Amino acid sequence: MVLLGFLVCIAIAIVRLKDLFAVVMLSGIYGLLSASFFVTLDAVDVAFTEAAVGAGIATLLMLVTVTMTGRYEHSAHHNSIWALAVVLVTGVLLIYGTLDMPYFGSVDAPAQLHVAPRYINNSMQEIGVPNIVTSVLASYRGYDTLGEVVVIFTAGVGVLALLSAVHRPEKDDGIVSVNVSMHEKYLILRVVTKILIPFILLFALYVQFHGDYGPGGGFQAGVIFAAAIILYSMLFGMSTARRVISQPLIQLLSAIGVLVYGSVGVVSILNGGNFLDYNLLSDDPVAGQHLGILLVELGIGCTVTSVMVIIFFNFAGRTEDHMRNERKSA
Amino acid sequence: MFLGLYNYWIVVVLMMIGFYIIIAHGNLVKKIVGLNIFQTSVFIFYISVSNIDGGTAPILAEGFNQYSNPLPHVLILTAIVVGIATTALGLALAMRIKEAYGSIEEEEIQQRVNREC
Amino acid sequence: MDSVIEFSSALCLLIGSFLCLSGGVGILRFPDFYTRMHAVGVTDTLGAAMILIGLMLLRPENLVLFKLIMILLMTLFINPTASHALARAALHSGLLPLLHRKDKNIGAES
Repeated sequence: MVLLGFLVCIAIAIVRLKDLFAVVMLSGIYGLLSASFFVTLDAVDVAFTEAAVGAGIATLLMLVTVTMTGRYEHSAHHNSIWALAVVLVTGVLLIYGTLDMPYFGSVDAPAQLHVAPRYINNSMQEIGVPNIVTSVLASYRGYDTLGEVVVIFTAGVGVLALLSAVHRPEKDDGIVSVNVSMHEKYLILRVVTKILIPFILLFALYVQFHGDYGPGGGFQAGVIFAAAIILYSMLFGMSTARRVISQPLIQLLSAIGVLVYGSVGVVSILNGGNFLDYNLLSDDPVAGQHLGILLVELGIGCTVTSVMVIIFFNFAGRTEDHMRNERKSA
Repeated sequence: MFLGLYNYWIVVVLMMIGFYIIIAHGNLVKKIVGLNIFQTSVFIFYISVSNIDGGTAPILAEGFNQYSNPLPHVLILTAIVVGIATTALGLALAMRIKEAYGSIEEEEIQQRVNREC
Repeated sequence: MDSVIEFSSALCLLIGSFLCLSGGVGILRFPDFYTRMHAVGVTDTLGAAMILIGLMLLRPENLVLFKLIMILLMTLFINPTASHALARAALHSGLLPLLHRKDKNIGAES
């Protein structure tokens, strides 16, 4: 309850502040607090994803945007009393709607009685994976997850269509001189980052493959991978990062992730069953399920990593070009 | 009754705060932040529905026989990731609008479009 | 022996929470960005380390113990680096540290 009170305080503060930098930081704290709230409600997978995505990547992207679009919000000239009235009326109606709901946490609520026990009871025999959320996400409701991966891919394509600018390739001397002069300035950060990045990548791999037995899976692992690459590119410069991870390679990887997912489904059809029916991928149905979940999570991880990296590179590249043009004209 | 339903009421309060930010503020980036607040409050609602008193996380383990409902967890996992995808696209659009119109305040963009037409 | 370990674990957890709380009080009371950064950086790192050591003393299974040790190592690496990054960013954007307190008495006398 205390956590929810904090969330409301942060939301009210976000309404009142005019400094967008502070608003973005507060929304990062909001994401982290809601992740801890999810942990207290036993939703560990969701908490992991919300902490990685909502408190990490969203804050980062919003910060890059605020860099380009201006730090302060202009005050509104119109009267906001009508907005307040609409909001209050809607709020009262919604609270009236919740009065019929079963109490929070009750065991015999209709939501818990009909569909969920079938999954909880049969998941171990049919799929053999302890994490029920992974088994539902990757196997029972695998088609929805395919749609979700395509949505992420589409977002990456959309950002590419909106923001990709032609980058003139820097000469090699330029990169070396920039690196040497920046090296003293950011020495501590660079050394610590070089020590930490292997551990971050290792942790991402652990989360990817351990998603069957604990909280984790493709999405969280993809975001952590992307976070390591983004950390490297923030500290060593975009040009160095682009030499390490070239744009065509990343775009190809994002498409490969979606294709791996889809081809698992097509292989099931070729083996005589339904789309995304993992029972037919191997002689033993449970082993087939394990193989199917492994491949599918790999596809998800690939696509999420590459799309996050594409989005960040395009955002940061645009900001860089903007700053370079400003420096030239000033 | 308050003790039984307070989660949902706080969710409604958060939802309305996010809603107010979207309709009353003119700055596009702030609207996107308000949209994020709205989305997160919906996630809190679903996860509150799935919680069971005395249950544990939906990972099969020895010694536990009451698990939280895993289906809303799956839904919200998908929703979080789709939410970040749409937020990223929205922010990219805001950056492009800034480049094309010179400002991301609704009123200034509206004035500029009216002048051009 | 068991009760000694339990008592010391409880003590570590309490010390850790007190340190985190005092870091929060420091943010509110200190006058300047750099002093606040110093307060939070030091107390949060030690507070988190104390809480983790308190959890480790509760004798969990091997894998959980290993994960707790890794988290402790990472925290000891990352927290001071993040404070350094924040302070450097503030210096880079022109925020100067407050070097002496503005004296209220001088204005009243002259």
